[in-house]
Amino acid sequence: MALVEIRDVYKSFQRDTQRIDVFTGLTLDMEAGSFTALMGPSGSGKSTLLNLVAGLDKPTSGVVRVGGVEVSAMSPGQLAGWRASNIGFVFQSFNLLPVLTAYQNVELPLLLTNLSGRDRDERVKIALDVVGLSDRADHYPRQLSGGQEQRTAIARAIVADPTLILLDEPTGQLDAKSSQEVLTLLQRLNNEFNKTIIIVTHDAHAAERAKSTLHLEKGDLIEKRHMASAR
Amino acid sequence: MKYLHLVIANLRRHTLRTILTIASVALALFLFASLRTVLTTLHTNSQFGGARRLVSTNATGIVFVLPVSYANRIKSLRGVQSVSWANWFGGKYGENSRDFFAQFAVDPESYLGMYPEIELPPDQKEAFIRERTSAIIGKRLVDRYGWKLGQDVTIKGTIFPGDWTFTIRGIYTPTNPAIGDDVLLFHHAYLDERIGRPGIAGWFIVEIEDENNAGAIAKGIDDQFRNSSAATKTGTEQAFQASFATMLGNVSFLMGIIGTAVVFAILLVTANAMMMSARERTAEVAVMKTIGFSNRTLFGLVLAEAGFIALVGSALGLGFAKLLYPVVNFNGFGFLPGFNVTTMTMAWGALLAILLMLASGLVPAVRAARLPIVQALRRVE
Repeated sequence: MALVEIRDVYKSFQRDTQRIDVFTGLTLDMEAGSFTALMGPSGSGKSTLLNLVAGLDKPTSGVVRVGGVEVSAMSPGQLAGWRASNIGFVFQSFNLLPVLTAYQNVELPLLLTNLSGRDRDERVKIALDVVGLSDRADHYPRQLSGGQEQRTAIARAIVADPTLILLDEPTGQLDAKSSQEVLTLLQRLNNEFNKTIIIVTHDAHAAERAKSTLHLEKGDLIEKRHMASAR
Repeated sequence: MKYLHLVIANLRRHTLRTILTIASVALALFLFASLRTVLTTLHTNSQFGGARRLVSTNATGIVFVLPVSYANRIKSLRGVQSVSWANWFGGKYGENSRDFFAQFAVDPESYLGMYPEIELPPDQKEAFIRERTSAIIGKRLVDRYGWKLGQDVTIKGTIFPGDWTFTIRGIYTPTNPAIGDDVLLFHHAYLDERIGRPGIAGWFIVEIEDENNAGAIAKGIDDQFRNSSAATKTGTEQAFQASFATMLGNVSFLMGIIGTAVVFAILLVTANAMMMSARERTAEVAVMKTIGFSNRTLFGLVLAEAGFIALVGSALGLGFAKLLYPVVNFNGFGFLPGFNVTTMTMAWGALLAILLMLASGLVPAVRAARLPIVQALRRVE
C-alpha cells in the first residue's frame, strides 16, 4: 500500500466571481521511503497538492490518504494532532520564530507531545546534530545564515520523527552552496533514515537529487520520472 | 507550563512596547483605584455621625451664624442631654496653599464630652479646657510641622482677621478616620473675646438621650426658633455630614465621569497595543498551526499573553495605590480623612483587569484560532 494515496481529487478556488479549478480528478500514489520532487510552472498546483497531503487544505472532492488515514475527512482539531506527529513541513522562507533560539524552534513540535523535558532535550540535540547545527543551538534566527536557518527548519521538521517530510521550495532563498548542503541533508534523511520526502521545487538541480519527479501542469500529472542516479 | 517560555519570548519580542503596555495598564488601574477611593471616602465620611447627636445650623445656610444664646434654650428641651457649639475659623498657617488644614473654635468641655471619638490623654484634656488661648491638634499636624506640646503657633485669620496665637496643649488621636487627624480645635470663648463678643456660633451639636426621639427633638428645636431672626435647621449629624457630601456631589460626579473616561481611554490604547502585537504575528500563528498547534492551544497562548500584561499591570497599579497613600499619609489636604483603598476597590480593579484581558486578548486569540492556514501561509510565502 502506498504511503500517500490521492484518489480522484478535485480542488477549486473561488477568486472573486471566478472559479479556478486546480485539480480535476487527480489520482496518484507515493510509496513509503520515496523522495519525490514535484515540479511544474507556477499555478500548476504543486503547493496545493502539498497542502492537501499535509492536511492544511481540503479537497473539493476526492480522497487524500496518508499512511492509511483519510486526511481529507478529518476535523481541524484532529488534523492538528495528526500533523504534529506525522508531518514535518519546511517552508521556502524558513519561518523560524524569531523570538526563539534554534534549539527552542526545533523543540516546538515536541511541546505538542507528552515527552518529558529530558526526552525533548535529547531529541532536539539529535535533530540539531543530524543537520550539523549542534554548535548553533543557542543562536537566534537573525544570528544564522540562510542555509543554517533552513537546516534548523529541517531539524524542526524531523524532530518529532514524522511519517512524511514536506518541503515547499526549500532552496528558493538559498545560495548555491547552501542549496547543495540542504539537498545533501535531504538525501541523507531519505537514504539513512528512510524518511519519505516530497519536495516542491522549480530548480532542476534540486529535483535531480530526488528519486522520482512528478511534473504537474494545470493540475494534471503529465510526467512521472524515476531518477536512477539519485544517490 | 511547557508553553511558558513561548509566552515570555513573545512578550520580550518588543520589550519596550511590553513595558509601556504594562505601564499603561498600571496607570489606568492606579487612577481607577484612586478615583474610586475618593468616592468611597466621601461616601464613608458622609455616613459618619453619632446616633444620638443632632446638628442645628442656620436655616438659610451653613455660612450664616446663630446666636450662642440658643444653647440654653435648646438644652431646656425635653430629651436633650447636652449642647455644644462650634465655628469654622478658616485661618492660614504659612504661605503655601497646600498648608491648609481645618480649625474650629469649640466649647472645649461640652465638645470633647460629646465626641469620645477624639481621644486625648486626661492631663492634656484638662490643660486644654483650663487655658483659654490653648489648642489641641491631630497627630498629622505634628508630623507635618513638627509642633510640640507647649509650643505657640500663630495662625493668620482670614474670616476673622489678625494673627491668632495658640498654645498647643494636646495632641488627639481620632478613633474614627472621618474625624480627621489634621484639625486644630481651640476655645470658642477666645474667638468670641477677640472679635468683640458678638456671641455667634456656626452650628450647634445636640446630644439627645434617646436616638429614637431624634425626629421629634429636631422638630422641637426648629419650632422654637421658627419665628426668630435666625431660624434653625436641625437634623442628625449623619445628615449634616451627608449635606457636605452632597455639596461635593457634583464634583465627585464630574470626577467620576472624567476619571472613567480617562481610564477607559488608556485601556483602549492598551487593548489596541495588545491586539496590534498579536496581529503582527499572523504568519507565525500559521506556521505554528502547520507544525500541529491546535486552535485551542493558540487561543490559550494569545490569551495568556494578554493575561500576563493585565495581571502584572494591575498588580503594579493596584498595589502601588494600596501602598502609596498610607505611606504618604494622604488625606486630600484635609478634605478626605481616612483615605484608604478598600478591598472592594481592589476587587473591582481586579475585575477590570480581567475585563481588559478579555477585551484585548479575546479578539486576537479568536482570530489566531480561526486563522485559515493556507491563506495566511500564502501571505508569508
